[in-house]
Amino acid sequence: MSETTSATRRNEPVIEVKDLVKHFPLTQGIVFRRTVGHVHAVDGVSFDVHRGETLGLVGESGCGKSTIGRLLMGLERPTSGQIKVLGEDISTLGDKDLRRIRRDIQIVLQDPYSSLNPRMTVGDIVGEPFEIHPEVAPKGSRRARVQELLDVVGLSPEHLNRYPHQFSGGQRQRIGIARALALRPKVIVCDEPVSALDVSVQAQVVNLLDELQEEFDLSYVFIAHDLSVVRHICDRIAVMYLGKLVELGSDDQITEHPTHPYTQGLLSAVPVPDPELRDKRQRVPLEGDVPNPADPPSGCRFRTRCFKAEDVCAHEEPLLQLRDGSPHPSACHFAEERDVVHARS
Amino acid sequence: MSTQTVPETGELGTADPLLAVDDLHVQFRSRDGLVHAVNGVSFTVNAGETLGVIGESGSGKSVTSQAIMGILPPTASVTGEIRYRGEDLLKLPEQRRRAIRAESVAIVFQDALSSLNPVFTVGFQIAELFRKHRGMSRSEAKQEAVRMLDLVRIPNAKERVRSFPHEFSGGMRQRVMIAMALALDPDVLIADEPTTALDVTIQAQVMDLLRDLQAERDMGLILITHDMGVVADVCDEIAVMYAGRVVERAPVRDIYATPAHPYTRALLRSIPRVDRKGSALDVIEGLPPNLARIPQGCSFHPRCPFVQERCRLDEPPLYQVGYGRDSACHYWEEVVDA
Repeated sequence: MSETTSATRRNEPVIEVKDLVKHFPLTQGIVFRRTVGHVHAVDGVSFDVHRGETLGLVGESGCGKSTIGRLLMGLERPTSGQIKVLGEDISTLGDKDLRRIRRDIQIVLQDPYSSLNPRMTVGDIVGEPFEIHPEVAPKGSRRARVQELLDVVGLSPEHLNRYPHQFSGGQRQRIGIARALALRPKVIVCDEPVSALDVSVQAQVVNLLDELQEEFDLSYVFIAHDLSVVRHICDRIAVMYLGKLVELGSDDQITEHPTHPYTQGLLSAVPVPDPELRDKRQRVPLEGDVPNPADPPSGCRFRTRCFKAEDVCAHEEPLLQLRDGSPHPSACHFAEERDVVHARS
Repeated sequence: MSTQTVPETGELGTADPLLAVDDLHVQFRSRDGLVHAVNGVSFTVNAGETLGVIGESGSGKSVTSQAIMGILPPTASVTGEIRYRGEDLLKLPEQRRRAIRAESVAIVFQDALSSLNPVFTVGFQIAELFRKHRGMSRSEAKQEAVRMLDLVRIPNAKERVRSFPHEFSGGMRQRVMIAMALALDPDVLIADEPTTALDVTIQAQVMDLLRDLQAERDMGLILITHDMGVVADVCDEIAVMYAGRVVERAPVRDIYATPAHPYTRALLRSIPRVDRKGSALDVIEGLPPNLARIPQGCSFHPRCPFVQERCRLDEPPLYQVGYGRDSACHYWEEVVDA
């Protein structure tokens, strides 16, 4: 359980993740396969998501944020740790029970071009969840239900018989959202839902997600690398680096008062659409690339790119906890508040 | 191949801008009929200047850059003028045009992995340029390749020349692309969405590199992107494209402070910002037009909140709205005041 100051905690958690670990084996050889190591995709992550809340999961590519999304959906089995969805631990469930749970947790994928079957009509795509869960909508009422869903996401119900290629990227993403809504889930995992879209269309989809949340009291796990979108839509933000959470807090705490050097670096790298601020903002330098997740650095995983790194960082792993310099959980020995998104006066 | 010489500055007079695109039109034949990808685009870039070309997918920004490079498919018909130091590239004989484009105008694409040849080392691919165009020997060219990788700040360049493209990370690969583009010391660099596929942290590194190299070499830089944030950080001047036209052109500060075209204004208002928390984002209703069937009159009128009767019929010319500023909107005064 995370220890956030509980301004955003509305009521019971819908997702509880505890010490979640996912390692993927690296194998060598074709005839005699042997495991030569593990990719530490997720390495001891704990957080929870409350009803009606949006939790943002941000980090660079390869930090394990999408793996968490897949673990939450039960598409991958965790190596160890616990994932509770609406109070039930999905890591121990069998396929049949997992299917039942998936009614309550659905996913919207990043690429609206490859996540819709090109040979199925929109009506079939959005109605397919009912084949697996016929109890949600009996056969006779499905067509009406699908039309209703299309209407909810802002598509014309007459588009039922069209194919995905007849739609633009933004419209396809709406189809994906309608499909995710079909079973009236409580939680939707959004894995980079707007990053493949044009800016003007991005805003439409972000606003749609906002409205749907109000209307259906949904909880979102919003996985994204674009911090400005995350800040706009999320109540709380978890920052990931190389399989671990490095900072967790409300959207204001993370964007206005970040205490972890990685969060600061990430935020200061986001370009701000205002030429007046050019050269007036603080830049926290982030040199180099993310290290190999099969062989993460000892101690603090961020130390190889960190401007604050000292000897202690190599020996002692900093835990995600409240610290002197940080009123919200931060995994840095030298956590210290710093505003990097606003210009210096 | 023999080395072709390219005119130095001054030979044709300094009055000519480094690169000028004038009334460029590009059309493609397709099953849906004639696709009007670029419809009368004009801009200029001078040495040391950075022009940002902004637009959504399908606005014609990449087609414009491909027309400048002369790498459009044969189904494209290109009219208008593309002048490099006063010489119209579209009218030159093939050989001369290729010489200019090889040596003086270079391009960096978005997708570095598919732009590099996977079966040769990056060192070989960079060295090839020096061997073909500068007639260097293998070993000389190899040394030049190391120098280029050093220039784009790839650590341990001496070892890395022997690596294959897949052995580099996305950011490093983009640096290799920049090294190749700069190898022959071009005057104009076109960067077509150079950082779109990269993480923000890596994007910042690559943009810093581009900015430094441009200043060092006094190049003209055309930065093509859809990201209003990136251009605000590096550009001097901005051209906003919509449905194959430049709808607004202005110095960078003006365009962000007082946009004079409804599309620019709407784009700016639809981006969430990290340094500000807003309520619902303003959206631009509808979709960009199909380029085979561009609406009559102003191409933006079906989505425009300022639309009036005249916009449906008259295509607006580029009105001069201030010093070095143009807007293709009949009612730009209302947009500026709004």
